[in-house]
Amino acid sequence: MQQMISLQDLTLWIDEFLRNLFGGTWALLIEFVLIGLALLVAYAVLALFLIYAERKICAFFQCRIGPNRVGIWGIFQSTADMIKILLKELIRINRADHFLFRIASFIVIIGSICTFAALPFAKGIQVLDFNIGVFYILAISSLGVVGILMAGWSSNSKYTMIGAMRSGAQLLSYELSCGLSLLAVVVLAGTMQVSQIVEQQSDLWFIFKGHIPACIAFVTYLIAGHAETNRGPFDLPEAESELTAGYHTEYSGIQFGFFYLAEYLNMFIIAAIAATMFLGGWMPLHIPGWESFNKVMDYIPSFVWFFGKTGFCIFLALWVRWSFPRLRIDQLLNLEWKILMPICLINLLLMSVAVIF
Amino acid sequence: MTNSALFLVVLITALFLVGAALIMARFLAPRSWNNLKGQPYESGIPTRGSSWMQFKVGYYLFAILYLVFDVETVLLFPWATIMKELGAQGLACVAFFLVILALGLAYAWKKGALIWK
Repeated sequence: MQQMISLQDLTLWIDEFLRNLFGGTWALLIEFVLIGLALLVAYAVLALFLIYAERKICAFFQCRIGPNRVGIWGIFQSTADMIKILLKELIRINRADHFLFRIASFIVIIGSICTFAALPFAKGIQVLDFNIGVFYILAISSLGVVGILMAGWSSNSKYTMIGAMRSGAQLLSYELSCGLSLLAVVVLAGTMQVSQIVEQQSDLWFIFKGHIPACIAFVTYLIAGHAETNRGPFDLPEAESELTAGYHTEYSGIQFGFFYLAEYLNMFIIAAIAATMFLGGWMPLHIPGWESFNKVMDYIPSFVWFFGKTGFCIFLALWVRWSFPRLRIDQLLNLEWKILMPICLINLLLMSVAVIF
Repeated sequence: MTNSALFLVVLITALFLVGAALIMARFLAPRSWNNLKGQPYESGIPTRGSSWMQFKVGYYLFAILYLVFDVETVLLFPWATIMKELGAQGLACVAFFLVILALGLAYAWKKGALIWK
């Protein structure tokens, strides 16, 4: 692992440089500001890229060309959209609860960024590394539900109300399967710290290491996570043919943009968690016994591995999204409570039996 | 301590992103108001009454079920981290716990709480 190109040296170098220049406290403050800025830039750039990628890939699925006017291959399309959305009017609804209406977009973004910060992007690049990492991720990502319910309720419109209720039921239900699938990984790893979970996959990724239970957990996590993002066949909360836009019908301009942003970033976050927990995060593909193969794999930088695996999971999500028709709400809840939940519970027991014996 | 401070930094970053964009929009975006524009969008038909009303009870049932199982997952997390030390005995206890919960799910299932009406 020594020769692997690492961004850790860079961060350590910045830290040392600032400490020499300003001394302890100021260096720490400047680092905090730098971390915040880096997070903002990463968040915004990823969102822009994801929106572009989604539109392009969806176009190819439907035998269209997709955005191709702004820039070569339309790569600046989402940037142009963002500028345009900033210039749009924020409409004030007459009888809405204005305080909650405002707060909702804050909460959705807080839930999304706080989860985003806990992801290990590359070797040594992770903002929040709690010893209860997995637990933290599950807890803070469910803040989004609160924001969505607030948005739907405060708008005082029938469409948003129905959308928010559906969304609440769906997100709450699928959170269980998400949690139980990740619990299987915690059982296998014996720790909740994200960096240690990645570290433990240095010989073999968990999906290979954990026998069949890990594969089942991976699949259930992908399904439940996909439902968590309110997309694809699970997009009832914003089913545009029934509810115009679901819980964010009344939002306009940049406030709508936040919901849009959070939705795309949540897709990235779910894919990144799946990649980290099951596919080894930034850890290269190592096979025990194949020394030379492992060395070659180490030469590929860690962030390439991370984004490659995440990109693969995102592509799976897009593929599902554009291939299946929308579910009905009873089918949706049946899938969770009668199929995924029992599978997850049994899988958890299987996994613990496999680990102990 | 660093972790908590970092969490605060992340939180402030999120607040900054939304706040700054909203303030920017306040200066950049046009503003006008009239009564019709402030109506909630309901496909062009004038709204009748408030939408803050009693809602379908089915959602409530699922929320209660969720609460039970979510608390269960919270309880299982600490066990999962030290499962290797606890060994077979710990597993037996957790299996018993899970069976009781599964009975709860089976009861809700049989009573028809999982059927969407």
